[in-house]
Amino acid sequence: MEIQALEEKARLVRQDIIRMTSMAGSGHPGGSLSATDTLVALYFEIMNVDPADEKNPDRDRFVLSKGHAAPALYGTLCERGYFPREHMETFRQLHSILQGHPDVKKCPGVDASTGSLGQGISMAAGMALAAKHLGKKNHVYTMIGDGESQEGLVWEASMAAAHYKLDNLTVILDHNGLQIDGSNDEVMSLGDIKAKALAFGYDVIEVADGNDMRQVLDALRAPACPGKPRYIIMNTIKGKGVSYMENQVGWHGKAPDAELAARALKELEG
Amino acid sequence: MEKKATRNAYGEALVKIGAANDKVVVLDADLANATMTLTFKKAYPERFFDCGIAEANMVDMAAGMSTMGLIPFCSTFAVFAGRSYDQIRNGVCYSRFNVKFGFSHAGVTVGEDGGSHQALEDLALMRVLPGMTVLVPSDANETIQCVEAAVKIEGPVYIRTCRLPTPVYDPQPFEVGKGVVLKDGKDAVLFTCGILKEQALLAADLLAAQGVDLAVINIHTIKPFDEALARTYAAKCKNVFTLEEHSVIGGLGDAVASAVIGHGVEKFHKIGVNDVFGQSGKALVLLEEYGFTGPQIAENIKSHL
Repeated sequence: MEIQALEEKARLVRQDIIRMTSMAGSGHPGGSLSATDTLVALYFEIMNVDPADEKNPDRDRFVLSKGHAAPALYGTLCERGYFPREHMETFRQLHSILQGHPDVKKCPGVDASTGSLGQGISMAAGMALAAKHLGKKNHVYTMIGDGESQEGLVWEASMAAAHYKLDNLTVILDHNGLQIDGSNDEVMSLGDIKAKALAFGYDVIEVADGNDMRQVLDALRAPACPGKPRYIIMNTIKGKGVSYMENQVGWHGKAPDAELAARALKELEG
Repeated sequence: MEKKATRNAYGEALVKIGAANDKVVVLDADLANATMTLTFKKAYPERFFDCGIAEANMVDMAAGMSTMGLIPFCSTFAVFAGRSYDQIRNGVCYSRFNVKFGFSHAGVTVGEDGGSHQALEDLALMRVLPGMTVLVPSDANETIQCVEAAVKIEGPVYIRTCRLPTPVYDPQPFEVGKGVVLKDGKDAVLFTCGILKEQALLAADLLAAQGVDLAVINIHTIKPFDEALARTYAAKCKNVFTLEEHSVIGGLGDAVASAVIGHGVEKFHKIGVNDVFGQSGKALVLLEEYGFTGPQIAENIKSHL
């Protein structure tokens, strides 16, 4: 797909995020908007997946370890054709396939139930290890948050990924710098995250602008480093694309009301 | 009578099911020597994955592996069920993933390592998880039956094993969710689980000599619980007792209580660890300390009749 077409998809997914959270009256728009470009790149360009054959055992896998960015995942899956659009207005409602956090039993295209932070990367490492054990070619992608990286489990999983030489695993850090209680540095500093990832045995790529489709694609397309798991630092902007949300910690877990949603959608028009 | 620890039988059972099904893989957290997964590691090194001292990661890696069609058995000490509980809950059970937990060193019979390593709450933790099957084998043969049953269940299964060698009884017909009547009786019924079977049967003998006809029922499946059998014996014997090497809160005793309430019970008493942590000591000394020997059990039951 052309860059422009992918950027257009990302714009539509951002609109979905605003509509879903606004209609639900809750949800996590900030970290969804920062993650959108990577998710669109993965599902429309990078991963070997097919909505018409969504359980194909040879497909690539994606685990949204920062599960609260579910609106971005649902928007991407819907635009990609995993489920009909009418589900989008049921987000966070009783009996919906679109639970507050992704549910593998309920939503087509979801590879793991996440939301309890730190667990997704660990499950992704297990998938990659199983693929290697079975001699299969699946590549496993997972997206973690920067706040999430305060969980010890992220580092347990990282140690295992290097130990088992999981070069079929790509960990993507959505590095928007903010979490619920404030900036990472105010809450619990990550320190030199790149040095930490390197020290844990990752092959590390840093993307200056993780909301720039060209840069995102270049990083995701970089050939694997044999014997090493990949770690991509996507430097992103929380709330990207909606002026009043950008870099505002208050929009981590708050939905826009109708008026603000209308403003956001106007900004996100082509 | 031959004695063997259920943890040893667990290791042997893994080899047995591993031979029959190449999708079976085993994960451990640097305790293969103690949980006895070492037995499997020797037989199938390419299907054994040491996760290091990182129980939470072991459980979620197993969750991920199960989605690729493997059948992972995770092993560590039962006390670390607490440490990896969020992963067992959200990583495995919430998605109903096909992961098995063979956790050893449950109960006070861990011995000298002390209370920090004696799980007395694991059954309570596991029982409340939707979709979890909870198995407590009472001897080596039943452990093999539990492991063979676990691999046939599509979904999470918890198997609790112990460190102390205990008598190996002849195998009984085994069905998940069905209690086993070890001895019939009419005056009172004792529901037991795990390796206290020997002591329960001894208590029944001692009570018989005193004119009390005690029924003894082995419950290898704490969940799904055999409510029908429990109610039948509650109605028949009126006096209901439970025995477990676990806290009296949340384990077998509460499973029985929930089933029999309103079904003609006159006396009900739970024998277990009374809301305290364990401590160091020889396993047999600890059995005595916590009232788990046959004579103590008999006396305890008699005092309530």
